[in-house]
Amino acid sequence: MGEKEEQEMIEIYVMGKKYEVPKGLTIMTALEYAGYKFTRGCGCRGGFCGACPTVYRKKDDYKLRMDLACQTAAEDGMFLVQLPFVPAVREEYDIEEVDPSANDNILLEHYPAIARCVSCNTCTKSCPQELEVMDFVQAALRGDVQRCAELSFDCIQCGLCSMRCPADIKHYHLAQLARRISGRYLQDKSDTLDHRVEEIEAGTYDEQMQQLVEMEKEALKERYEKRDITEG
Amino acid sequence: MSEGYPEYMEKSIEKVEATRTERAGETYERMNLDEADEVLNNYHPDYRKEGKQDIPVGPSRGERAPTEFVEQLLARSLIQPSDIDLGTIDYDVDILIIGGGGAGTVAALWAVMEGINPEDILISTKLRHGDANSMMAQGGIQAADKQDDSPVKHYLDAIGGGHFTNKPELVKALTMDAPSIIKWHEKLGVLYDREKDGDFVELPGGGTSRFRLHAAGDYTGMELMRVIRDEARNLDIPVLEFTPAIELLKDDSGNVAGAVLMNLETNEYYVVRAKSTIMATGGFGRLHIQSYPTTNHYGATADGLIMGYRAGVPLRDMDSVQYHPTGAAYPEQIVGLLVTEKVRSLGAQPVNKDGELFVNPLEPRDVEAAAIIRECYGRDNGVETLTGMRGVWLDSPLIDEKKGQGTIEKRLPAMVRQYQRFGIDITTKPILVFPTLHYQNGGLVINQDGSTPVKGLYAGGEVTGGVHGKNRLMGNSLLDFNVFGRRTGIAAARHAKKASVGTLTLDHISSYERQLDEAGVDTDRKAPMLLPEYRGKKVLERHLDVEVTL
Repeated sequence: MGEKEEQEMIEIYVMGKKYEVPKGLTIMTALEYAGYKFTRGCGCRGGFCGACPTVYRKKDDYKLRMDLACQTAAEDGMFLVQLPFVPAVREEYDIEEVDPSANDNILLEHYPAIARCVSCNTCTKSCPQELEVMDFVQAALRGDVQRCAELSFDCIQCGLCSMRCPADIKHYHLAQLARRISGRYLQDKSDTLDHRVEEIEAGTYDEQMQQLVEMEKEALKERYEKRDITEG
Repeated sequence: MSEGYPEYMEKSIEKVEATRTERAGETYERMNLDEADEVLNNYHPDYRKEGKQDIPVGPSRGERAPTEFVEQLLARSLIQPSDIDLGTIDYDVDILIIGGGGAGTVAALWAVMEGINPEDILISTKLRHGDANSMMAQGGIQAADKQDDSPVKHYLDAIGGGHFTNKPELVKALTMDAPSIIKWHEKLGVLYDREKDGDFVELPGGGTSRFRLHAAGDYTGMELMRVIRDEARNLDIPVLEFTPAIELLKDDSGNVAGAVLMNLETNEYYVVRAKSTIMATGGFGRLHIQSYPTTNHYGATADGLIMGYRAGVPLRDMDSVQYHPTGAAYPEQIVGLLVTEKVRSLGAQPVNKDGELFVNPLEPRDVEAAAIIRECYGRDNGVETLTGMRGVWLDSPLIDEKKGQGTIEKRLPAMVRQYQRFGIDITTKPILVFPTLHYQNGGLVINQDGSTPVKGLYAGGEVTGGVHGKNRLMGNSLLDFNVFGRRTGIAAARHAKKASVGTLTLDHISSYERQLDEAGVDTDRKAPMLLPEYRGKKVLERHLDVEVTL
């Protein structure tokens, strides 16, 4: 992927300073082209880790927008700044002791600030994943752990919601607790998994496995080629 | 913002749409081993003679590896041993874990369960805790728990997929431990996709003979990583972020005994003395082997391989690199990012510019990748992008056609979102794909318990070799970091309980550099690389190396 000679250029403003960069980059790669080497503010570069939340506004627009630098195209006239760390408090807990059936409202107990939600919906508007953040906070307030877990499942924990919240709610920490409670206590479980774990512990597969481990390559190849495959 | 596909691509998409219904019921025959060999030999980047060289020094002298990696092995240390004051210990711990991704975090949790006090553990990580390839794995995790399946079948799939080059004891550990790992996740509260009755939704992957992939949407790695990280936070396991290890330490008996760390923001170094040290730094995608774009996170720069090798741990299977068959080829902004194999697990087919199916969608990864390269460059049936790259269509709308409207949105939310951001709706339009650098198949040599041949040093996850041989199957890397994270955590804990550390030394660094001199290596390159260089050429040409004093 060599650089082409005639590139169409755009202007971006990094913390107010103007740079010319080629069109077709993300905010992240545009900053790099301009000469910034990231230590913070750059993680997976694929939209999964939440390390690169970025705040920007567009040319001739007053609105502050929030997104991920690695997943957003740089546009002409953008004013950019990164927000690589959110100093939000996270409550510790023991997963063995958060059974929702034994508590009135386990989420409210750990994150009482959710009772201060004024339903302004700023959290939802600031979410780069476009999650219904306010709705999962409201679900938590009602004690609906499962709903809170479902609505927050795609959360990448960038923290932009909590940076914008006038009530100082820690949405992404709250949601993490809700999801773990949901996975641990509210999902129906599979017997087949338990059965297989018991079989393995009882040594059911030891002999067959040892045969394969010791098998000569040619014999192994034959076994492999002859294995039956369940087609998708 | 790119708004969808350009006109000429839409013309090709029309052909894809025209064949879709007919193709839906079609099963393309899988290649036999000879056919697979042929396409690999002719088209897979690993099988090209160019791009590799012999490693000239160290414990794996004479073995082949990609040039970009060998250059790192031949680079000089970031430190002069004489500059480091080993008399002042900044952190004195039972276990030092280098790397805050999946393997390192799982190791920490199991070390605690094995009786190590959390405050006697230290995780050192280059970026933030959890900024790792583990976080980005989308498709799923293999575990043979269904009735028609068994660890034995899983073993056969994994070792066959690896061309019978895997270390058998490691594959046994991988496949036999898998169900108990899922069980552990259940207890931690991982939200796997389940049927109404609680059974797991399980899918096939390339090269698997059974439906064995457990998933959490297409955020499987993210769900696993954020849950284990959350648990590590509950246990108060200390983590130093933006403070990578830059060299291992040994003691006067030649055992690994900790590391020198560097604070990336202040450039201050710290000396860590540890009874056990676990290397869990992941792979080397950001070396861009053969100039391929990569799916890997920002910090995948082979650091642990370099440090481990200098300390005397041999490498294996470094000649093989996993190119994921389906990286994004369009739009330009996301070229090389992962298009999860789960898209094919769910029923999408790769088709050429004329809408023809040309390979079974679920061949092992290296074979699938080679077949896509052949279609683009051997048979000239690819679609060329505006920047001259070629790709084939991955016909995603077929999923909803086969499995019902809404399946894509429900099972692939990350993929839908990624393309939506660039104006493409993958529920109605196919995705243009081409192989992308994805995984380091080889790495540091380990035993079943995660110990390396050098006493005091353990390793788990992508930094190790042998588990996957020369080709990893989908869903075995999330499994790998869990299985071997757990094993290394336990083994390192047991070792720490009885080990004592002698006088610290960096002599192995001086001795490795002498070997480089003797081999006539002349370079001013330094390693580990820590972070890749992506700044613009023009800026770097005018860059002044001046430290501004305030």
